[in-house]
Amino acid sequence: MSLYQDLKYAISDGVCYAAQGVTPEGFAAYCPRYIDGFLVTLELLLLSSALGLSIGTLVAVARVSRQRALRTAAWAWSYVFRGTPLLVQLWIVYYGLGSLGPEKLGILWPFFKSGWAVGLAVLTINTSAYIAEILRGGIGTLPPGQLEAALSCGMSRGMAMRRILLPQAFRVAWPAYGNELILLMKGSALVSTITVMDLMGQTRSVFARGYSLETYMYSAVLYALLALLLTAGLRAVEKRLRVA
Amino acid sequence: MTKTLIALALLAASPAAAEPLRIATEGAFPPFSEINANGEVVGFDIDIAKALCAKMERECEIIAMDWDGIIPGLVNDKYDAIVASMSITEERKQTVDFTNPYYSNYLVLLAKKGSGLTVDGIAQQAVGAQRASISSSWAEEQVGARGDLRLYDTLTASFTDLEAGRIDSIVSDYFPALDWLKDHPDFEVVGDRIDIGDQIGIAVRKDDAELRDALNVALEGIVADGTYGQISTGYFGTDIH
Repeated sequence: MSLYQDLKYAISDGVCYAAQGVTPEGFAAYCPRYIDGFLVTLELLLLSSALGLSIGTLVAVARVSRQRALRTAAWAWSYVFRGTPLLVQLWIVYYGLGSLGPEKLGILWPFFKSGWAVGLAVLTINTSAYIAEILRGGIGTLPPGQLEAALSCGMSRGMAMRRILLPQAFRVAWPAYGNELILLMKGSALVSTITVMDLMGQTRSVFARGYSLETYMYSAVLYALLALLLTAGLRAVEKRLRVA
Repeated sequence: MTKTLIALALLAASPAAAEPLRIATEGAFPPFSEINANGEVVGFDIDIAKALCAKMERECEIIAMDWDGIIPGLVNDKYDAIVASMSITEERKQTVDFTNPYYSNYLVLLAKKGSGLTVDGIAQQAVGAQRASISSSWAEEQVGARGDLRLYDTLTASFTDLEAGRIDSIVSDYFPALDWLKDHPDFEVVGDRIDIGDQIGIAVRKDDAELRDALNVALEGIVADGTYGQISTGYFGTDIH
């Protein structure tokens, strides 16, 4: 873990060394902080979107299940986590549940103790709820005949879902998912309120040193850059999905 | 636009336009400022602000504001002064002006009783502080830019996390720490209080020398007539000026 941390620091020191002279003075003075924060935001985003996509897919499948209990549970998942503000979710888990302390939380304590872990979990759950809805919409656009045809070929429902319905649903839902990923990136700034030093957390610390409004401009540029990277990544996947 | 600005400036300058003086405070820094059960902002800072207003014979409006946005709000004319136990620092002086100090602050390290922590050893463990405060800048000097320093939006949130056991210690301002310790006997001040020569003043906009001077006169006034001592004794049992 510490090796990984050192690697991240080395990356930001390297980036800042290379960017010296070409970046504005106000940015260069705090460059490693911005890049440290940028890497934390990137890391949270990659992990939560990957985990969220897996959980969201399961929830979407549960939403079109034949079992009523499963359908209801999946509906409730989406309803609760889409229907409440991300900030409230973060605070309930971090300050609310977390304040029970190590005695009551037992083996769960290492999770609740870490702002980073709570942030990652809440972002994951939150985005999974949106992804589930997006995917359900994608499945809904497919003609029912496809499932019937797959079943009459002898496929099980699960296999039909995996091989026939989901791949198509992903293709339909992908542009909407791109939108959700950008929203997730922006929402991730809220983890700075639970002590995570993401890009927003670092920016606020830098801002506190001189109250220069430039500070937030640099941060906005970095977020926009991240959005650009994400959009490029999404495009690449979209192209592959089309060929498939 | 310029005309409007001039008009506004004239309006502000004329004594006839007795606009209430807008004073910002934090509202999450007991016993200096906190929001009570009725939703009112109360505390030492508020009492001082009100006493100053009474002395200046001006009507005042108290506004509760998030800490890390409190200086930008002043600069952008959302209010006229900040009475929020704000340390007079060189960095802040580049953006705002301060009155004479109205009390001296010290820092303390708080930890669980028997933790064995020392002030010199804080870099080894997770330490908390309020974001954008004198405590956080001091703590950062101790642990370094990449040390395990957790920053909280309010001092109260850092107390909550110390109590929960997420962090081993926090760097806090002296008087709020004493106030909190009263209800939290399991915790203690580590070592001696830390004197960094911290003076607390009222912040005003840089172009507002008139208000700064008026506040200085009023401050002297409430100290001389015993109002200050009375308020201070009510909160701390002693005069902290």
